Amino acid sequence: MSATTPVIRLSGVHKTYAQDGVEVHALRGIDLTVAAGEFVAIMGASGSGKSTLMHILGCLDVPGQGDYWLNGQAVRRLDSDALAAIRNREIGFVFQNFNLLARTSAVDNVEMPLVYAGVDKAERQRRARAELERMGLGERLAHHPSQLSGGQQQRVALARALVTRPALLLADEPTGNLDSATSREILALFAELNQRDGLTIVLITHEPDIAAHAGRQLHMHDGRLEH
Amino acid sequence: MIWTTALQLAVRALWRNKVRALLTALGVIIGVGSVITMLAVGAGAQERIARQLENLGSNNLMLRSGSSLRGGVRTGAGSNTSLTRADAEAIRALPGVLAVSPTVRTGAQALYRGSNWGTIVEGVTPDYLKTRSWGLESGEFFSERQVAAAVDVCVLGRTVVRELFGLVDPVGEIVILKGLACRVIGVLSEKGAGNWGNDQDDIILAPLTTVQRKFMGISHVDRIEVQAAGKAAAASAYKEIQRLLRARHRLQEGQANDFRIYNRAELASSAEESASVFAWLLGSIASVSLLVGGIGIMNIMLVSVTERTREIGIRMALGARRRDILWQFLLEALVLSGIGGLVGVALGIAAALLLGSFSEFEIRIVPWSVALAFSFAAMIGVFFGLHPARKASSLQPIEALRYE
Repeated sequence: MSATTPVIRLSGVHKTYAQDGVEVHALRGIDLTVAAGEFVAIMGASGSGKSTLMHILGCLDVPGQGDYWLNGQAVRRLDSDALAAIRNREIGFVFQNFNLLARTSAVDNVEMPLVYAGVDKAERQRRARAELERMGLGERLAHHPSQLSGGQQQRVALARALVTRPALLLADEPTGNLDSATSREILALFAELNQRDGLTIVLITHEPDIAAHAGRQLHMHDGRLEH
Repeated sequence: MIWTTALQLAVRALWRNKVRALLTALGVIIGVGSVITMLAVGAGAQERIARQLENLGSNNLMLRSGSSLRGGVRTGAGSNTSLTRADAEAIRALPGVLAVSPTVRTGAQALYRGSNWGTIVEGVTPDYLKTRSWGLESGEFFSERQVAAAVDVCVLGRTVVRELFGLVDPVGEIVILKGLACRVIGVLSEKGAGNWGNDQDDIILAPLTTVQRKFMGISHVDRIEVQAAGKAAAASAYKEIQRLLRARHRLQEGQANDFRIYNRAELASSAEESASVFAWLLGSIASVSLLVGGIGIMNIMLVSVTERTREIGIRMALGARRRDILWQFLLEALVLSGIGGLVGVALGIAAALLLGSFSEFEIRIVPWSVALAFSFAAMIGVFFGLHPARKASSLQPIEALRYE
């Protein structure tokens, strides 16, 4: 990957899907380039198509028309195994509701992506611990999600997203379930990861003051991006 | 994904729902256990029947005199006096006949010094040991010459020896039978209980002629046991003997036989057949419960897939391929059925042994039945685990993630 290759390049991406027999045109021609090291916020009301865009960016779904290059690799023609491999290595997800496995310790949650990457057990544990310590959770390694606060759970989720050293962090309303003080903490962590480690972040939110933490704000409306 | 990791994952997921996993495995445990126990009971019964038939001499024909008609009264089988030792000698000359043993029997009180014992005295010829597949423990058996001379000797069964002699060696001693002093020349080996629970060792054998003339005052015989060379020989001897005896007894065309003839080989094969039907019946009833156990696995795995839809979505988002998810759920089903199978094997063997020691059932644990039951359990795990696992792996990641 050369320095000039953007992490994300979307060109003329359309997506339609059928919902209860009605065709929904969720994306109507998206062009977007995100360079390495950028922190981009995508804003939009519900129904604007931002979730669909997020799914495509996260390789959970593929474009109906148009092309998507992630780190220079075209993903449109990839099969489900190849998409799984990309999600595993290139993308880290953070969700609004954390999506941690219940009744599973923080370390076991964080090491999960490494299981699918084929890393052996000792190395998985070592890296999961290191990542949790980096998130300030060194004392909470064996805690289950139910024993952690919302902010702590989101840090575990962040550790899980970053343990595979992905090129891109995708955050879908990461502060939606957190109080304002904890939200600020998480956003400060994002800014630190972006500035100190050069992590590329795409943040999806409907709140302008959250989006304001990003370096660039984009607005989605009716399946189109407005710069 | 690494195999050991996948297995660990499966065990951990099951461990999270311990009670549920246990109850699901219980279906397989009971299924496998009952297959093994039932087949052990069936095989035990088969073996017991086979041994009893061998004991009887399965290629044997048995002749008894028929009923007689005296003044309009038909008496029962054996009441006639039509069979003689000469008949037996004539049968011995037939092809395919190995041994012929004419016998008479009577009850007698046996006396030895201070003790006495009521038993049966059977008058026999040396062929008796062959047709009954019996042997001697000590001493010797009487010869044809001793039979011809009606010598006063006898051979004792184990029970008689125990009751009359205790620990004394009876060979060479004299017992009194119906006032006659008989020298004991041999002791029969232990034969055990007969088919109807009778004690076969409670017997005294004496030369046929001695019993006929000196004890009973008769010249006919009660029965003639014929040993044929094989099953086919028994079948042909069956016909030959009828033809021969009808001629010897001068029976007219249309007149009924004055003797009865039974083919034990036929009895044997039908008994063997019913024993094997019995064994398979038990086995198949038990395998139905194994099948029900398998359906239990499928049921629980389907519930589990639905419950863990979100987990499946998360795993897919984090890089699990479809086959990783498929294997995760298939392995859970396999671990359930595998552990259920192992515990079932242990419990089945234990139950069979317990049944063998506390009941009348004869138990024979057949190694192939253990292998069969266990592999059947594993197959059931794959078969009933595959559908839920496919269902899990075919979920769309987005749908699964959104699932509430």
